[in-house]
Amino acid sequence: MSGRKRALWLVGGALIIVYCLFPIAWIISLSFKSTNDLTTGGFLPTEFSLENYELILTGGASGLFLPALRNSFGICLIATAISCLLSMFAAYAIARLDFPGKKLILSTALVVAIFPIISIVTPLFNLWRNIGLYDTWPGLIIPYLSLTLPISIWTMSAFFREIPWEMEQAAQVDGATSWQAFRRVIVPLAAPGVFTTAIIAFFIAWNDFLYGISLTSTSAARPVPAALGLFSGESQFVEPTGSIAAAAVIVTIPVVVLVLLFQRRIVAGLTNGAVKG
Amino acid sequence: MTQTVLPPTKKTAPVSAPDGTVSDRSRGERRLGWLLAGPAFVVMLAVTAYPILQATYESLFSYRLTDPGNREFVGLGNYGVILSDPLWWQSLWVTVLITLITVAVELVLGFALAMVMAKALASIRPVVRAAILIPYAVITVVSAFAWQFAFDINTGFVNSWFAWLPGVAADTDWFGDFWTSIFVICLAEIWKTTPFISLLLLAGLAQVPEVLQEAAQVDGATRWQRLWRVTIPNMKAAIMVALLFRTLDAFRIFDSIFVMTAGANGTESVSFLAYRQTISRLEIGLGSAVSVLLFIAVMLIAALAVKGFKVDLGAARGEQ
Repeated sequence: MSGRKRALWLVGGALIIVYCLFPIAWIISLSFKSTNDLTTGGFLPTEFSLENYELILTGGASGLFLPALRNSFGICLIATAISCLLSMFAAYAIARLDFPGKKLILSTALVVAIFPIISIVTPLFNLWRNIGLYDTWPGLIIPYLSLTLPISIWTMSAFFREIPWEMEQAAQVDGATSWQAFRRVIVPLAAPGVFTTAIIAFFIAWNDFLYGISLTSTSAARPVPAALGLFSGESQFVEPTGSIAAAAVIVTIPVVVLVLLFQRRIVAGLTNGAVKG
Repeated sequence: MTQTVLPPTKKTAPVSAPDGTVSDRSRGERRLGWLLAGPAFVVMLAVTAYPILQATYESLFSYRLTDPGNREFVGLGNYGVILSDPLWWQSLWVTVLITLITVAVELVLGFALAMVMAKALASIRPVVRAAILIPYAVITVVSAFAWQFAFDINTGFVNSWFAWLPGVAADTDWFGDFWTSIFVICLAEIWKTTPFISLLLLAGLAQVPEVLQEAAQVDGATRWQRLWRVTIPNMKAAIMVALLFRTLDAFRIFDSIFVMTAGANGTESVSFLAYRQTISRLEIGLGSAVSVLLFIAVMLIAALAVKGFKVDLGAARGEQ
């Protein structure tokens, strides 16, 4: 590659980075603006202020924000764990066993993945109110499975297909018990796939908004995105922009950390599940 | 459970073993397979098939939660009400419009990003890859707020930055009318979902045999010809999968519209209409009918894509 070409691709790469990070930089900048700084029309704050963070973490809006954060973490982690457990067994069967119905399970997962969420919300809204699941953790965890389970089955099967399963027999031939062979050989090979699947499932659950606003009514189970969408400020005279920006930054931190730590795996997981030549 | 007709088991038994052991083994595998995969399958059906059946049933009634005593069977009446209501057609038009704009732009832009990533120097590749994942992983609501605040007449910087453009002034209210609202909604959607498409296309690019590219180059094909005659035809599967998934995803648009316009100025999408009928107006019957119609629309698009455009999801995943 010549020097000029090299520079060109560098510029291209730099442009992508700017494109991806610009809105994030904006919301961060907004979150550090003080109330009278919000409407200046500038991109950066004129003076650096922490008042928005104080408001949502210790101040007047913390009663709304902190429970929502706890709900989001709890509900998303449980939904992710259940999905991973169920799809581990399913993916093992799909990758390793020969049985009729494999295709049926995979295509069902596809159909569930493209299901319009609102078509699930409408009947659940009424049912949950009747059986007492409205505004509870289980009331969100159950429908979250419709978001996390299909992608987990799909991604995990793609990973499990690449595991050299014969290694297990080889270990047994070498004198390991079947449990030892499984623990020493298969678990280390399967763990990265399970782990990556968990991250992707967690992203999807963390991102939910529609279930969150439709099936909750109080801080008992309302997750952060829903709380953000319905947040209307401390009082009707205060614009909630600053506190929303600060809350938005805080909920973005976990996903950014996961991306920075495991980017290579996440890309593999996302593309493995969808495109395999 | 579904009754599938079992394919005849292959009789390739080793000479020494009687037939019985083979079918025993395959029967065992079949049982174990369903035992392991069954729970996931049942849960998937429970969280989707049951609600849609329930919604279909409730859509046949005139039923308001504020007036549960007056629930009555109206057959397809709700569908008649919806299909003759301009609100429904407006929301369908908005949904189709946003889907077409975003998917078209995202395909082209995503392809450009994939090309850059494929060619990017090894030194910056990890940085670019991490950056690309950020929009994908950011919550849709957060992205919607970021774009809304940027264009907002009070808090935004867009008006002051772009005041040199004709039609943009300090008092331009982007959310004040239909087309400008749609423009901002599409921008937010495009920003958030293009990276995912570009990752899929990047994986597709990797599948184009290098040999073909070189052969075309030797034969004197221009860069443009190579793109259209070699690259794109060889990654058709990846393009189709990306296209189908994004189309169906865009068709369900809800979060951005809720945050940015709350459906003002005729910017309601189908999902938003169903939500408003059910959750805000407690019109369970009408809301269910809209949900069922949306479900039918999504399934139709998927069926058309798979049948009409031959999007073979199995082939795209290397399954025979």
